[in-house]
Amino acid sequence: MKAKFIEEKAVKVFMVAAMLMVFGFVLSIVWTIVEKGWGAMSWDMVTKLPGGGFYIGKEGGFLNAIVGSLYIVGASTMLGLIISIPVVFYLNVYLKRNSKLGYVARLAYDILFGIPSIVYGAFGFTIMIYFGLKTSLLGGIIVVTLLIIPIFIRSMDEVARQFPRDILEAAYSLGATRFETLKVVLRQIAPGIATATLLSIGRAIGDAAGVMFTAGYTDSIPTSLSQPAATLPLAVFFQISSPVREVQQRAYAAALVLTLIVLVLSLAGRFITNRFSKNKIL
Amino acid sequence: MRNLFSSLALDSELRAPGYFGKAASSGARLFRPDYKFLRDDHPTEIAVEGLDVFIGDNHILKDINVTIPDKKITCIIGPSGCGKSTLLKTLNRLIDSVEGSRLSGRVVVNGEDIVGGTTDLTRLRRKMGLVSQRPCPLPMSIFDNVAYGCRIHGIRNRKKLRMVVKYYLEAAGLWDEVKDRLHTPAVRLSIGQQQRLCLARSLAVEPQFILADEATSALDPLSSKTIEELFVKLREDYSIVMVTHTLRQALRIADHVIFMYLGEVVEAGDARHVFNDPQHELTRKYLSGAFS
Repeated sequence: MKAKFIEEKAVKVFMVAAMLMVFGFVLSIVWTIVEKGWGAMSWDMVTKLPGGGFYIGKEGGFLNAIVGSLYIVGASTMLGLIISIPVVFYLNVYLKRNSKLGYVARLAYDILFGIPSIVYGAFGFTIMIYFGLKTSLLGGIIVVTLLIIPIFIRSMDEVARQFPRDILEAAYSLGATRFETLKVVLRQIAPGIATATLLSIGRAIGDAAGVMFTAGYTDSIPTSLSQPAATLPLAVFFQISSPVREVQQRAYAAALVLTLIVLVLSLAGRFITNRFSKNKIL
Repeated sequence: MRNLFSSLALDSELRAPGYFGKAASSGARLFRPDYKFLRDDHPTEIAVEGLDVFIGDNHILKDINVTIPDKKITCIIGPSGCGKSTLLKTLNRLIDSVEGSRLSGRVVVNGEDIVGGTTDLTRLRRKMGLVSQRPCPLPMSIFDNVAYGCRIHGIRNRKKLRMVVKYYLEAAGLWDEVKDRLHTPAVRLSIGQQQRLCLARSLAVEPQFILADEATSALDPLSSKTIEELFVKLREDYSIVMVTHTLRQALRIADHVIFMYLGEVVEAGDARHVFNDPQHELTRKYLSGAFS
């Protein structure tokens, strides 16, 4: 009896400690970027492009990186969804449960999932050289799309596999074709899609390695797909390695903006997920 | 239709001129004038001839020969695992989605063989309303559940959809309970209500048959009584095929009985004859409760 009691206590202490530790990490990360970046944070930072002496601590801001990141994340999330939803739908509605094609496809997505983003970047870079392309917004979008497609597919597939077959049968019994069940399937896995989108955005917006070779970096806002684009992670990366203190501070300010964007998107995602799950059949 | 629907109190707005025309006053099916998929009133019949069903290596149904009569309640009874549900699933070819299933023989629905030929499955399934064992609402609102079938069959007109939804929710005896929350999720309904919703959803595509796979077994006694009574009313207009595990239910409502055992039809025929004067030893034993 005594041993059981101690066990229970010990495990509980461990669990609480682990939880607090993770919470502590969050706090200390936020504290670090706020503490170091707040000084450099100003309205100019988020509304102005880098001026002439920006990288030695003079006037300007990193609007170029904010806009570039949003462009890339927005476009690649859209593209990712457009490509992933048909894949997941096909895997789960058209293919049989024990289909070989399904097995191979899922294995392939798992492999893609595990490939580090620097490899995607290098791959994209090679392709771009082959076609004689320069670093551009388009290159960045494509590589980031490739990077997040496995995340989309894996996390949506996970939800779609739990899809109750009864619902499909109910739709079929009303005379629906397999394609016409799409609406039903989408409604049921909507929370999964929202979660997948969140994960993908989080990964896409924070990724530096993938866009380094492909989107490049620039001090202006791209006006066409063929122009290079700056991104927030690279803005952090370039500035933090500067010897100038002001510039280092701006790196933390950029990190703060990045974190805030992710935070806002997560909260919005949560809200949307809750809205979408109301029709879900358990 | 007459008995059930003429008793429905229809709002005057639903009687808007031009929508129902003469049909409404004569008590005929309300949507006939402009509902695109008309249910014809010709006698409907299903004849199953020498049907064999395999799933993988298992011979599930063996040489089934039965007929399902027009506008009657046909109960398929028999112990668990005897192939009742498989037979039902064959009738609307939902069996196709069971992996490794193979069929041979003939199932003739209104003169058309649905097993051998090139059947348009969506048309066939529209003809066969299905009410499954556990109610299975679609992940959408109550309204959209009923409207879903109509929408996929091409009815987009909102006003018409509203009429169809109201009409069939009334037919399923659910309208009064849900009329104020048509746009709330269907999952929030109670199980019994969900089952009636599924019935309304099936009826909304104007089938000729209703296939019910132990439609009351997951329900509380009161809900299952409601469903049973609905079936008795619907018999006026639909040929109903019911798989049931409850012998008493079959005794109460069956007009025609098919008794199956281990994948074979042991005895089939008029309910009174089968129940009162079973010809086969197995049927006698089953009816007396020797096994179930």
